[in-house]
Amino acid sequence: MLKIDSLENGIVIDHIKSGNGMKLYNLLGLDKLDCCVAVIKNAKSNKYGKKDIIKIDGVSNVNLDILGFVDNNVTVCYIENGELVRKEKPTLPEKLTNILKCKNPRCISNAEDDIDHIFYLSDVNSHKYRCIYCEQEYTDKH
Amino acid sequence: MRHLLDPLDFSKEEIAKILDLADDIEANPSKYAHKCDGKILATLFFEPSTRTRLSFESAMMRLGGKVLGFSSANSSSAAKGESVGDTIRTVSCYSDIIAMRHNKEGAPLVGSKYASVPVINAGDGGHQHPTQTLTDLLTIRKETGRLTGITVGLCGDLKFGRTVHSLIKSLARYEGIKFVLISPEELRVPDYIIEEVLIKGGHDFIEVRTIDEVMPDLDILYMTRVQRERFFNEEDYIRLKDSYILTKEKMALGKDTLRVLHPLPRVNEIAKEVDDDERAVYFKQVQNGVYVRMALIMTLLGIE
Repeated sequence: MLKIDSLENGIVIDHIKSGNGMKLYNLLGLDKLDCCVAVIKNAKSNKYGKKDIIKIDGVSNVNLDILGFVDNNVTVCYIENGELVRKEKPTLPEKLTNILKCKNPRCISNAEDDIDHIFYLSDVNSHKYRCIYCEQEYTDKH
Repeated sequence: MRHLLDPLDFSKEEIAKILDLADDIEANPSKYAHKCDGKILATLFFEPSTRTRLSFESAMMRLGGKVLGFSSANSSSAAKGESVGDTIRTVSCYSDIIAMRHNKEGAPLVGSKYASVPVINAGDGGHQHPTQTLTDLLTIRKETGRLTGITVGLCGDLKFGRTVHSLIKSLARYEGIKFVLISPEELRVPDYIIEEVLIKGGHDFIEVRTIDEVMPDLDILYMTRVQRERFFNEEDYIRLKDSYILTKEKMALGKDTLRVLHPLPRVNEIAKEVDDDERAVYFKQVQNGVYVRMALIMTLLGIE
């Protein structure tokens, strides 16, 4: 089995739905960090069968809005001096600012550069987000 | 400061007041002839329009106010690449109220963030057209005597028809409205209207592909044009443009109390022969549009 060392200080994002690890890695902008980051795919999970995990060494601030949007079942574990000091569950954010881009070519947010891309939570049960300008639903499809 | 960007920006009670004021303006025009003396309306039409722009201008002039503006993006600084925000911030210095049309959806919302005067959405792409909705509500109320317990058929381009989206959102706030959505598959009402407004609100609605089958049930038939400018593909436009044409024969299937509305302009979706039918009220609707815009301008400017 693959072995990755435990963290001394940093964050473990656990219980990521299998397959969402790299999506979170990109949305959180982890590629831009200098520190050591591990993305573990398809780790064994008693609860889900398979899960992804991200370990970030030496960083303690993560945008939970993005986490809540992508997968609000994840657990964020904060590690200090090798000890788990706090666990958090992200909630679905009411608003997402400059995280997603509207894909509607008729939307003003795609016509001008300096407009904030803002989405609001339109349906809690189905996790739907809509652009505040044109009301188009955000989807991963291109 | 109040803006009108979305048809739901006003409560039902506020809309009732605007419609009542519009009725009073129609009954007593001289009483309102100087209500906006010294006030300026800016009509910023980044997208061409005849009816809406002239209706706004007529409304302001009938209130004694003055008008300035442009009627296409080419004749504005937008052609030089100026942002909507900068244009609105500038025009706020020249006017007391702004009516704005733009081909990009959400542009009036962006404009309102920079405005120091009230902004009215005079149509944004295929999204919303709240002042047409006020016109439609006034017309429906005048013609049927109510805004509750009516069966409303909406026919034609329900996908890109911004007047349709605004009208459904607004009518959904009244009791006992049954929606009959008549369109080809490709021009169905967008999912966000179906899911967020009709299903979530538990409203009675059906979607059908032909007009004849539902004609006898309708109290209101709201016809729309298949708009060439909303298509990226000319072939799709040509294939769908003649989908639904209202003729004398189809009108014969309707109730005596049916009323036919259309936001205009029409192309061929209502045959000319229907114009003489007393149930066709789309030109009365145009006149109502001026009264309701007069009432709206006064309301947003806080003029009693």
